Amino acid sequence: MSTDSTKARTHAIRMDSLGRSAGTKKLADEDIALTVEDLNLFYGEKQALYNVDMQIPRKRVTAFIGPSGCGKSTLLRCFNRMNDLVDGCRINGKIKLDSHNIYDKSVDAAALRRNVGMVFQKPNPFPKSIYENVAYGLRIQGINKKRVLDEAVERSLRGAALWDEVKDRLQDNALGMSGGQQQRLVIARTIAVEPEVLLLDEPASALDPISTLKIEELIYELKSKYTIVIVTHNMQQAARVSDYTAFMYMGKLIEFGDTDTLFTNPAQKQTEDYITGRYG
Amino acid sequence: MPLESKKRHSFYEWCRRGEPLIWINAAAVSLSAIAVVGLLVLLMVRGFGHFWPADVMQAQYQPHGDSATRLIGEQVQVESVPIEQLRSAGFTIDTNEVFLDRQLIKKGNRDVTGADFGWVLSLYLSDISYPDDIMVLERREWGNFYGFLREVKEAGSVVASGDSAWAEFESRLERAQLLFEQIEKIEKKDIGAINYKIEKLRLRERGLELDEDMSPARRAEKEAVIAAERAELDNEYRAYQRQLIELYGQINRDSIVAEVASGQQVELPLAKIVHAYKPNAMGIGGKILFYIAKFWEFLSDEPREANTEGGIFPAIFGTVVMVIIMSIIVTPFGVVAAVYLREYARQGLMTRIIRIAVNNLAGVPSIVYGVFGLGFFIYFLGSEIDQVFFPEALPAPTFGTPGLLWASLTLALLTLPVVIVATEEGLSRIPKALREGSLALGATKAETLWRVVLPMTSPAMMTGLILAVARAAGEVAPLMLVGVVKLAPTLPVNGNFPYFHLDQKFMHLGFHIYDVGFQSPNVEAARPLVYATALLLVVIIALLNLSAVALRNHLREKYKALEI
Repeated sequence: MSTDSTKARTHAIRMDSLGRSAGTKKLADEDIALTVEDLNLFYGEKQALYNVDMQIPRKRVTAFIGPSGCGKSTLLRCFNRMNDLVDGCRINGKIKLDSHNIYDKSVDAAALRRNVGMVFQKPNPFPKSIYENVAYGLRIQGINKKRVLDEAVERSLRGAALWDEVKDRLQDNALGMSGGQQQRLVIARTIAVEPEVLLLDEPASALDPISTLKIEELIYELKSKYTIVIVTHNMQQAARVSDYTAFMYMGKLIEFGDTDTLFTNPAQKQTEDYITGRYG
Repeated sequence: MPLESKKRHSFYEWCRRGEPLIWINAAAVSLSAIAVVGLLVLLMVRGFGHFWPADVMQAQYQPHGDSATRLIGEQVQVESVPIEQLRSAGFTIDTNEVFLDRQLIKKGNRDVTGADFGWVLSLYLSDISYPDDIMVLERREWGNFYGFLREVKEAGSVVASGDSAWAEFESRLERAQLLFEQIEKIEKKDIGAINYKIEKLRLRERGLELDEDMSPARRAEKEAVIAAERAELDNEYRAYQRQLIELYGQINRDSIVAEVASGQQVELPLAKIVHAYKPNAMGIGGKILFYIAKFWEFLSDEPREANTEGGIFPAIFGTVVMVIIMSIIVTPFGVVAAVYLREYARQGLMTRIIRIAVNNLAGVPSIVYGVFGLGFFIYFLGSEIDQVFFPEALPAPTFGTPGLLWASLTLALLTLPVVIVATEEGLSRIPKALREGSLALGATKAETLWRVVLPMTSPAMMTGLILAVARAAGEVAPLMLVGVVKLAPTLPVNGNFPYFHLDQKFMHLGFHIYDVGFQSPNVEAARPLVYATALLLVVIIALLNLSAVALRNHLREKYKALEI
């Protein structure tokens, strides 16, 4: 039964993402959440990002595609300043979240990361119980009331479509879950702190196809509440889940536009070569 | 192409398959295992046999050209010696053998004959028998007594003799032992506590003298309080003193007359006797019970006779307490240092140098730490503490003298590198993904450390602590400089307020082994105790380690996320 509904859902997603050619999706009409202005990034002497300019619309899914090492993950990690942790990393330019430059000196990186959550390639639950994993971000904020935490845990696990699977074993160690469940737990953990933006760094690349499907469904559901930026290697995935797609190559943003146009009618030769599999 | 190897027996093939390496590895492992097991077995056999009530032999001993003497004692050891060696030692021996057996006999009666052990040649022993009525007495001084009970006396007059003497003796011995326990309790606990309080009063009085700002009226008032307390304590003391005199009178009432091997009759007061038993008359069950009782006494009693008799409880206690205090000191310091080095310090030349220095500290000979502890902790830090906090006790030092705290601190310093290195290792093994996961949820670096990284590093910290405990518990050399003594009058944890006495000197198993084995006046009597104590030290270190290992395994189970 679940497979049937999953199939139907996937079908619906595909139909939806490919069938929405009614002109509702023009970047100019969107409410912009993140603005990147002339961003250059250096690891020591080596430049990893070149003059990136882009605008990421609110409550939409934006996918970054491109060959390995093209800088898409690096760009993603700029949005919540994860690159700060890398020794010798320098950044020029601006990233504005709701018109505040997140690289401003007055911005507290921890506070920013509460607003810009991130899910990594490999599921990385903490070696704690499922409950504590989800409650972690709230506890960090000093919320320790059991009632509040209980509510938030349930809401987040429901939000990540995991509640029904784990509601009877919330106190079990999270490491006992399957990879797909772990990844959804990490998503639940991230949305528990109610961020504005969700950054997904190849969230399904370490998962089997069924789990991947579930994650994709989840992304589709989550975009009604969150601005989602996803890095993926899988172009079908980008086509399935995203509203807008950015193609990057060698640290440069080559093309950015709505997904349907980019996949069906790319403006750049390089993009076309990549999505038709001629290199990458 | 045939797949089965053709030259099955070729040496080259054999080497190529790596067989020699496997054999060498297996040999190395077996050697280590045999060494450990052999060590334990040796210690056990040599040490634990000591508590067994061995049969006591009576025999005639007549060396060549000498008159016969009667010999009573336990056989301790038999060895064969070349005859040439005996001849050159002045024995006249007419036999054609090349080797002769000689035996070490524990004859006891050091007060009567002067030596309680003696070598005899088996060749000249005759009429060996094990009479049931040979009696062994363990005494509070002069070691064991071997002989025959003849009479029991009360206040100088005979009350029993012959066959009825033994029963009478046993019941009177029980009474004497009860009295002795009472005396012991009064002397050690009650009078000890009074002395401790009087000493505190003296310090308070001295403190008043040193306090120059106090008004005369107030001073007089306080002095009056002290004088009153002292008078009360003096009264108590006198009461105990009277009680003691009475008890001593009672305990010295009885005595026995016993006959030693030479036929001489000796009078022994019951007050000096700990145990009396007739090993030859005991059955195997009785012997086992006696053995268990003796062994328990060894574990739980205080030493007697310059540590060559009695138990080693204070040494066990001192060792364990010192190791625990050391662990409490070294773990936080080591962890904090490792966290700084690994997490916060900028990785560069400076951190590399510090790391090398830390690693090298682990190789510094321990006696050097002892000297450092003596010079820095005791003479510098300790005397500063005395100046500031205990001026009334001066010139007698409180912390400016070797003691438990300084010994623990010195060992903590000695084991610090191990904890640092192990913790750093653990920190470096925490996956980056987990740290990023925490940071991405809005945790600061400190919160990430505290909530995710440090709990996950705890098994590694425990590994460091295990190594530290193993090293510290076996260390002796530095302790001799910073706090261990041959005989401590009281335990470092006792009934006198404030119960923990970190300034006190203490006893330690390692030092006890050294002291009993090499500083003892009676080597033969002490030797089994050396083995037994050594085995006990090994067992205690193993127990401390095992508990730490159990804790680590528990933590590992809890935080087994290192594979992701």
